[in-house]
Amino acid sequence: MAFPADYKYTKEHEWVRADGTTGTVGITDYAQNSLGDIVFVELPKPGTELTAGQSFGTVESVKAVSDLFAPVTGTVTEVNQELATAPEKVNSDPHTTWMIKVTLKDPSELNSLLSAADYEKFVAEEH
Amino acid sequence: MSQNAEVTSIRKTALNRIHRHMGAKMVEFNGWDMPVEYPATATRKSGGLVAEHLAVRHSVGIFDVSHMGDIRLVGPQALAAVQRMTMNDASKLTIGQAQYSALLYPEGTFVDDVIVHRLGENDYLLVINAGTREKDYDWVSGQARGFDCVVQNLSDDYTQIAIQGPNAWRALQKLTDVDLTQIKFYWFTHGTVCGLPNTMIARTGYTAEDGFEIYVPADEGVSEMVWNAIMEAGEEFGLLPCGLGARNTLRLEGALSLYGHEISDSITALEAGLTRFLKFDKGYFTGREALEQQRADGLKRTLVGLEAIERGIPRDGYKVCDTEGNEIGFVTSGSPAPFLKKNIALAYVPPNFAAPDSVVAVEIRGQLVKCKVVAIPFYKRPKISK
Repeated sequence: MAFPADYKYTKEHEWVRADGTTGTVGITDYAQNSLGDIVFVELPKPGTELTAGQSFGTVESVKAVSDLFAPVTGTVTEVNQELATAPEKVNSDPHTTWMIKVTLKDPSELNSLLSAADYEKFVAEEH
Repeated sequence: MSQNAEVTSIRKTALNRIHRHMGAKMVEFNGWDMPVEYPATATRKSGGLVAEHLAVRHSVGIFDVSHMGDIRLVGPQALAAVQRMTMNDASKLTIGQAQYSALLYPEGTFVDDVIVHRLGENDYLLVINAGTREKDYDWVSGQARGFDCVVQNLSDDYTQIAIQGPNAWRALQKLTDVDLTQIKFYWFTHGTVCGLPNTMIARTGYTAEDGFEIYVPADEGVSEMVWNAIMEAGEEFGLLPCGLGARNTLRLEGALSLYGHEISDSITALEAGLTRFLKFDKGYFTGREALEQQRADGLKRTLVGLEAIERGIPRDGYKVCDTEGNEIGFVTSGSPAPFLKKNIALAYVPPNFAAPDSVVAVEIRGQLVKCKVVAIPFYKRPKISK
């Protein structure tokens, strides 16, 4: 599996791509592969305040419900509406299919997330 | 040391190595290391729960169901013993015929559901669930005491493979000289399969499709040989290996009960709606009195099918409420249905909510999601003339 080098990662298998004070969030290829066919994604409304490490929504496969954990603290500005009707995009393009965009409260939080290389190592150990 | 000390090591079927070799995602199910789903590969282009489910609906899939158990009763009073301990009428069975039934407690609740097969004149085979093997054997032995028959636990002797789907008979026919078109649904025979003589071939299953279950020796080499032979025979039909994930969604679409969910030791046969298999006038059986009393008193809850009419997936254990949010029952099994493309569930509700088109609400992570009551089964296989 290849993980984009310019993203940061959590141990809960979310990725965040930072662009100044905006963070774009999704889940990794490892996550979508573990989940299987995704049938439902539940995301917060714009304006919702997120705290790093806390659940911000759920992603469901046929057999299970999994929490989505916020990689960063901030305010939700945009939600990917496509996922309401085409959740399978997360399976086919996990690293380009975004879920939410967040205005970062504290961009320095990104420094405590995993780099692509560290995440790759982490995932290899978990297997 | 307690007599009922728990078995802590996980059990494996004789096909465990093959599942792992095929890259299956494994899960612990009732103490067994079982495949949930198999990935697509370079050669097997499809994979995963949804593909496996659809393969069974459209063509054919195979399942390792060796974790299920087998108890045999043989002797002059074997039928009498079976009649005493089960709720269906086993005296109606001809040799070679099987019936869905259940072992009940005196309260009319479930020890387990079973398929009773009449092997011979005084010879019956009960096929039981994985998680209840030991419990059932102990229960059956106790119930059979005083009857002139022997109770044998054959659970470890067999690898049980289910071949299910409209093309199941075509795939299996390539491996046996037995004319499968002559075996009616819920009948069985013995014949040579993959060169193995005297193999039981039953037209039974848990998928709401046509199909067969075969019982071969639990030897690893023999079991692998048979599994591979069926994979090869089924290749031209797009046969897929199927795991417990698809097994669950297939049986759910067919509204087939799963022990611990729709049926359990706290649910009665009447509440579960299994009246078709409950024969009050066949003679005395354990649980009959309690059920007669419940029938006279009326049911406080009954099993219904639900279909979500708002966005959301009702799942096992979720609360069922009226549309005002008052709790009225619970979901026993719920999931997206891969073939029907709806989100469905089975649930217990009071009888006044059980009429089709009644609207209830399932609580999903704090939100009330409206569902309507629908007739079950959700799916019935189409009648095809062969």
